[in-house]
Amino acid sequence: MKGLFDRPEFYRIIALLLVPIHFEFMTSLIDLHQQLESMRPVLLRFAFLQLRNDNAAEDAVQEALLAVLEKPDSFAGQSSLRTYVTGILKYKIIDHLRRLKREVPLDTTADESETDLIDSLFNTNGHTVSMPSAWGEPEPTLQEKDFFRVLEMCLENLPPKTARVFMMREWLELDAEEICKELGLTASNLWVVLYRARLRLRECLDLNWFGNH
Amino acid sequence: MQFFLYSCKQAHRMISEGLDRPLRLSERARLKMHLSICNACTNFNGQMQFLRKAMHRVSQDPDSTNQPPAKPEQR
Repeated sequence: MKGLFDRPEFYRIIALLLVPIHFEFMTSLIDLHQQLESMRPVLLRFAFLQLRNDNAAEDAVQEALLAVLEKPDSFAGQSSLRTYVTGILKYKIIDHLRRLKREVPLDTTADESETDLIDSLFNTNGHTVSMPSAWGEPEPTLQEKDFFRVLEMCLENLPPKTARVFMMREWLELDAEEICKELGLTASNLWVVLYRARLRLRECLDLNWFGNH
Repeated sequence: MQFFLYSCKQAHRMISEGLDRPLRLSERARLKMHLSICNACTNFNGQMQFLRKAMHRVSQDPDSTNQPPAKPEQR
Protein backbone atom coordinates (compact mmCIF):
# COMPACT_ATOMS: atom_id res chain seq x y z
CA MET A 1 0.00 0.00 0.00
CA LYS A 2 1.24 3.43 -0.96
CA GLY A 3 1.89 5.92 1.85
CA LEU A 4 0.05 9.20 2.00
CA PHE A 5 3.10 11.10 0.82
CA ASP A 6 3.40 9.00 -2.30
CA ARG A 7 -0.05 9.82 -3.59
CA PRO A 8 -0.26 12.62 -6.14
CA GLU A 9 -3.73 13.65 -4.88
CA PHE A 10 -2.18 14.60 -1.59
CA TYR A 11 -0.02 17.23 -3.25
CA ARG A 12 -2.91 18.43 -5.34
CA ILE A 13 -4.97 18.97 -2.22
CA ILE A 14 -2.11 20.73 -0.46
CA ALA A 15 -1.65 22.98 -3.48
CA LEU A 16 -5.36 23.78 -3.52
CA LEU A 17 -5.27 24.54 0.18
CA LEU A 18 -2.38 26.90 -0.37
CA VAL A 19 -4.11 28.90 -3.08
CA PRO A 20 -6.06 31.17 -0.72
CA ILE A 21 -2.94 31.83 1.36
CA HIS A 22 -0.95 32.61 -1.73
CA PHE A 23 -3.78 34.75 -3.03
CA GLU A 24 -4.02 36.60 0.27
CA PHE A 25 -0.28 37.24 0.19
CA MET A 26 -0.34 38.48 -3.38
CA THR A 27 -3.29 40.80 -2.84
CA SER A 28 -1.70 42.30 0.25
CA LEU A 29 1.50 42.85 -1.71
CA ILE A 30 -0.41 44.48 -4.57
CA ASP A 31 -2.29 46.54 -2.02
CA LEU A 32 0.98 47.67 -0.43
CA HIS A 33 2.36 48.47 -3.84
CA GLN A 34 -0.62 50.67 -4.63
CA GLN A 35 -0.45 52.44 -1.29
CA LEU A 36 3.23 53.16 -1.82
CA GLU A 37 2.62 54.44 -5.33
CA SER A 38 -0.03 56.82 -4.05
CA MET A 39 2.53 58.27 -1.64
CA ARG A 40 5.15 58.80 -4.29
CA PRO A 41 4.17 62.37 -5.32
CA VAL A 42 4.27 63.84 -1.82
CA LEU A 43 7.48 61.99 -0.96
CA LEU A 44 9.03 63.33 -4.15
CA ARG A 45 8.05 66.89 -3.30
CA PHE A 46 9.66 66.67 0.11
CA ALA A 47 12.77 64.91 -1.16
CA PHE A 48 13.10 67.66 -3.72
CA LEU A 49 12.65 70.42 -1.12
CA GLN A 50 15.55 68.89 0.70
CA LEU A 51 17.85 67.92 -2.15
CA ARG A 52 16.93 70.49 -4.84
CA ASN A 53 17.95 68.01 -7.46
CA ASP A 54 15.42 66.00 -9.51
CA ASN A 55 17.57 62.92 -10.02
CA ALA A 56 18.69 62.68 -6.43
CA ALA A 57 15.12 63.19 -5.20
CA GLU A 58 13.76 60.46 -7.48
CA ASP A 59 16.53 58.07 -6.49
CA ALA A 60 15.99 58.66 -2.79
CA VAL A 61 12.23 58.06 -3.08
CA GLN A 62 12.70 54.99 -5.26
CA GLU A 63 15.21 53.51 -2.82
CA ALA A 64 12.88 54.15 0.11
CA LEU A 65 9.88 52.55 -1.64
CA LEU A 66 11.94 49.55 -2.71
CA ALA A 67 13.26 49.10 0.81
CA VAL A 68 9.68 48.80 2.05
CA LEU A 69 8.67 46.40 -0.75
CA GLU A 70 11.68 44.19 -0.12
CA LYS A 71 10.82 43.76 3.53
CA PRO A 72 7.08 44.32 3.79
CA ASP A 73 6.97 42.45 7.11
CA SER A 74 9.14 44.92 8.96
CA PHE A 75 6.31 47.42 8.62
CA ALA A 76 4.06 45.30 10.84
CA GLY A 77 3.03 47.06 14.02
CA GLN A 78 3.92 50.56 12.85
CA SER A 79 1.19 53.12 13.39
CA SER A 80 1.11 54.40 9.84
CA LEU A 81 2.66 53.26 6.59
CA ARG A 82 3.36 56.88 5.62
CA THR A 83 5.28 57.54 8.82
CA TYR A 84 7.23 54.33 8.29
CA VAL A 85 8.13 55.15 4.68
CA THR A 86 8.98 58.71 5.66
CA GLY A 87 11.41 57.42 8.27
CA ILE A 88 13.19 55.32 5.66
CA LEU A 89 13.15 58.16 3.15
CA LYS A 90 14.93 60.40 5.66
CA TYR A 91 17.86 58.01 5.85
CA LYS A 92 18.03 57.80 2.08
CA ILE A 93 17.96 61.60 1.84
CA ILE A 94 20.84 61.92 4.28
CA ASP A 95 22.82 59.48 2.08
CA HIS A 96 22.09 61.59 -0.97
CA LEU A 97 22.90 64.84 0.84
CA ARG A 98 26.33 63.41 1.58
CA ARG A 99 26.78 62.33 -2.00
CA LEU A 100 25.63 65.73 -3.30
CA LYS A 101 27.94 67.49 -0.90
CA ARG A 102 30.89 65.71 -2.46
CA GLU A 103 29.75 66.71 -5.94
CA VAL A 104 28.43 70.23 -5.30
CA PRO A 105 29.47 71.70 -1.94
CA LEU A 106 26.85 73.89 -0.31
CA ASP A 107 27.56 77.56 -0.18
CA THR A 108 25.04 79.20 2.11
CA THR A 109 26.42 82.67 1.75
CA ALA A 110 25.14 82.90 -1.82
CA ASP A 111 21.46 82.73 -0.83
CA GLU A 112 21.25 85.58 1.59
CA SER A 113 23.53 88.48 1.16
CA GLU A 114 20.86 90.84 2.42
CA THR A 115 20.72 91.41 6.14
CA ASP A 116 17.77 93.77 5.59
CA LEU A 117 15.40 90.87 6.05
CA ILE A 118 16.19 91.02 9.76
CA ASP A 119 16.99 94.72 9.98
CA SER A 120 13.77 95.80 8.28
CA LEU A 121 11.74 94.35 11.14
CA PHE A 122 13.23 96.68 13.71
CA ASN A 123 13.72 100.39 14.08
CA THR A 124 17.02 101.87 15.17
CA ASN A 125 16.46 101.35 18.89
CA GLY A 126 15.68 97.68 18.35
CA HIS A 127 11.89 97.77 18.68
CA THR A 128 9.68 95.90 16.24
CA VAL A 129 8.36 98.13 13.49
CA SER A 130 5.02 96.36 13.37
CA MET A 131 3.28 94.13 15.87
CA PRO A 132 3.63 90.42 15.08
CA SER A 133 0.15 88.97 14.83
CA ALA A 134 -1.16 86.41 17.30
CA TRP A 135 -1.60 83.09 15.50
CA GLY A 136 -3.48 81.51 18.36
CA GLU A 137 -3.46 77.88 19.40
CA PRO A 138 -1.74 75.63 16.84
CA GLU A 139 -3.93 72.56 17.22
CA PRO A 140 -7.13 73.69 15.44
CA THR A 141 -5.08 74.99 12.51
CA LEU A 142 -3.00 71.82 12.38
CA GLN A 143 -6.19 69.86 11.77
CA GLU A 144 -6.79 71.75 8.54
CA LYS A 145 -5.29 70.08 5.52
CA ASP A 146 -5.24 73.34 3.57
CA PHE A 147 -2.86 74.81 6.10
CA PHE A 148 -0.25 72.21 5.17
CA ARG A 149 -0.69 72.97 1.51
CA VAL A 150 0.11 76.63 2.23
CA LEU A 151 3.05 75.64 4.44
CA GLU A 152 4.44 73.46 1.67
CA MET A 153 4.09 76.32 -0.80
CA CYS A 154 5.96 78.59 1.63
CA LEU A 155 8.74 76.01 1.98
CA GLU A 156 9.01 75.82 -1.80
CA ASN A 157 9.40 79.59 -1.93
CA LEU A 158 12.43 79.63 0.36
CA PRO A 159 15.77 80.25 -1.34
CA PRO A 160 17.12 76.78 -2.25
CA LYS A 161 20.05 76.61 0.13
CA THR A 162 18.12 78.12 3.01
CA ALA A 163 15.41 75.55 2.37
CA ARG A 164 17.91 72.72 2.49
CA VAL A 165 19.30 73.83 5.84
CA PHE A 166 15.88 74.50 7.32
CA MET A 167 14.58 71.12 6.16
CA MET A 168 17.59 69.37 7.66
CA ARG A 169 16.78 70.99 10.97
CA GLU A 170 13.00 70.81 11.02
CA TRP A 171 12.09 67.93 8.74
CA LEU A 172 14.99 65.51 9.11
CA GLU A 173 15.13 66.83 12.68
CA LEU A 174 18.91 66.70 12.83
CA ASP A 175 20.48 68.69 15.62
CA ALA A 176 22.50 71.82 14.96
CA GLU A 177 25.81 70.12 15.59
CA GLU A 178 25.16 67.40 13.00
CA ILE A 179 24.08 69.94 10.40
CA CYS A 180 27.19 72.06 10.97
CA LYS A 181 29.32 68.96 10.54
CA GLU A 182 27.52 67.86 7.38
CA LEU A 183 27.60 71.27 5.76
CA GLY A 184 30.80 72.71 7.17
CA LEU A 185 28.98 75.69 8.72
CA THR A 186 29.84 77.44 11.96
CA ALA A 187 27.17 77.28 14.64
CA SER A 188 26.41 81.01 14.54
CA ASN A 189 26.22 80.88 10.75
CA LEU A 190 23.67 78.08 11.02
CA TRP A 191 21.55 79.92 13.59
CA VAL A 192 21.31 82.94 11.33
CA VAL A 193 20.32 80.85 8.30
CA LEU A 194 17.60 79.15 10.36
CA TYR A 195 16.44 82.46 11.82
CA ARG A 196 16.09 83.93 8.35
CA ALA A 197 14.25 80.85 7.12
CA ARG A 198 11.79 81.17 10.00
CA LEU A 199 11.27 84.87 9.33
CA ARG A 200 10.49 84.15 5.70
CA LEU A 201 8.12 81.32 6.54
CA ARG A 202 6.46 83.45 9.16
CA GLU A 203 5.89 86.20 6.64
CA CYS A 204 4.58 83.78 4.01
CA LEU A 205 2.15 82.09 6.42
CA ASP A 206 1.04 85.39 7.85
CA LEU A 207 0.17 86.61 4.39
CA ASN A 208 -1.22 83.44 2.81
CA TRP A 209 -2.84 81.64 5.70
CA PHE A 210 -3.51 84.04 8.54
CA GLY A 211 -4.48 86.78 6.13
CA ASN A 212 -2.52 89.59 7.77
CA HIS A 213 -0.70 92.55 6.23
CA MET B 1 17.75 98.70 32.67
CA GLN B 2 19.36 98.35 29.25
CA PHE B 3 21.83 95.93 30.79
CA PHE B 4 19.23 93.50 31.96
CA LEU B 5 16.77 93.60 29.13
CA TYR B 6 17.03 92.47 25.58
CA SER B 7 15.80 94.74 22.84
CA CYS B 8 13.09 93.19 20.65
CA LYS B 9 15.75 92.60 18.03
CA GLN B 10 17.87 90.59 20.44
CA ALA B 11 14.84 88.81 21.88
CA HIS B 12 13.61 87.74 18.42
CA ARG B 13 16.98 86.26 17.68
CA MET B 14 17.13 84.45 21.00
CA ILE B 15 13.66 83.01 20.43
CA SER B 16 14.86 81.50 17.17
CA GLU B 17 18.20 80.32 18.59
CA GLY B 18 16.37 78.73 21.48
CA LEU B 19 14.88 76.34 18.92
CA ASP B 20 18.35 75.22 17.86
CA ARG B 21 20.41 75.19 21.03
CA PRO B 22 19.79 75.20 24.77
CA LEU B 23 19.96 78.82 25.90
CA ARG B 24 22.25 79.68 28.77
CA LEU B 25 20.64 80.47 32.11
CA SER B 26 21.39 84.18 31.76
CA GLU B 27 19.96 84.22 28.23
CA ARG B 28 16.84 82.42 29.35
CA ALA B 29 16.36 84.81 32.26
CA ARG B 30 16.78 87.90 30.11
CA LEU B 31 14.45 86.51 27.46
CA LYS B 32 11.81 85.64 30.03
CA MET B 33 12.00 89.13 31.50
CA HIS B 34 11.64 90.65 28.07
CA LEU B 35 8.69 88.41 27.16
CA SER B 36 6.94 89.28 30.40
CA ILE B 37 6.67 92.90 29.34
CA CYS B 38 6.57 92.71 25.54
CA ASN B 39 3.51 91.62 23.56
CA ALA B 40 5.29 91.85 20.21
CA CYS B 41 7.94 89.32 21.18
CA THR B 42 5.39 87.14 22.98
CA ASN B 43 3.43 86.94 19.73
CA PHE B 44 6.60 86.25 17.78
CA ASN B 45 7.44 83.48 20.24
CA GLY B 46 3.98 82.02 19.67
CA GLN B 47 4.52 82.11 15.91
CA MET B 48 7.86 80.32 16.21
CA GLN B 49 6.42 77.61 18.48
CA PHE B 50 3.55 77.25 16.04
CA LEU B 51 5.95 76.80 13.14
CA ARG B 52 8.00 74.23 15.07
CA LYS B 53 4.86 72.25 15.84
CA ALA B 54 3.65 72.37 12.26
CA MET B 55 7.00 71.21 10.90
CA HIS B 56 7.11 68.38 13.42
CA ARG B 57 3.71 67.26 12.14
CA VAL B 58 4.94 67.31 8.56
CA SER B 59 8.10 65.53 9.62
CA GLN B 60 6.09 62.63 10.99
CA ASP B 61 3.76 62.55 8.04
CA PRO B 62 4.49 64.63 4.94
CA ASP B 63 1.03 63.84 3.65
CA SER B 64 -0.71 65.86 6.32
CA THR B 65 -1.85 67.75 3.27
CA ASN B 66 -4.17 64.93 2.26
CA GLN B 67 -5.42 63.27 5.38
CA PRO B 68 -5.59 63.80 9.10
CA PRO B 69 -2.30 62.63 10.64
CA ALA B 70 -1.25 59.33 12.15
CA LYS B 71 -4.36 57.20 12.03
CA PRO B 72 -3.64 53.53 12.56
CA GLU B 73 -3.98 51.56 9.33
CA GLN B 74 -7.20 49.63 9.03
CA ARG B 75 -6.70 46.18 7.68
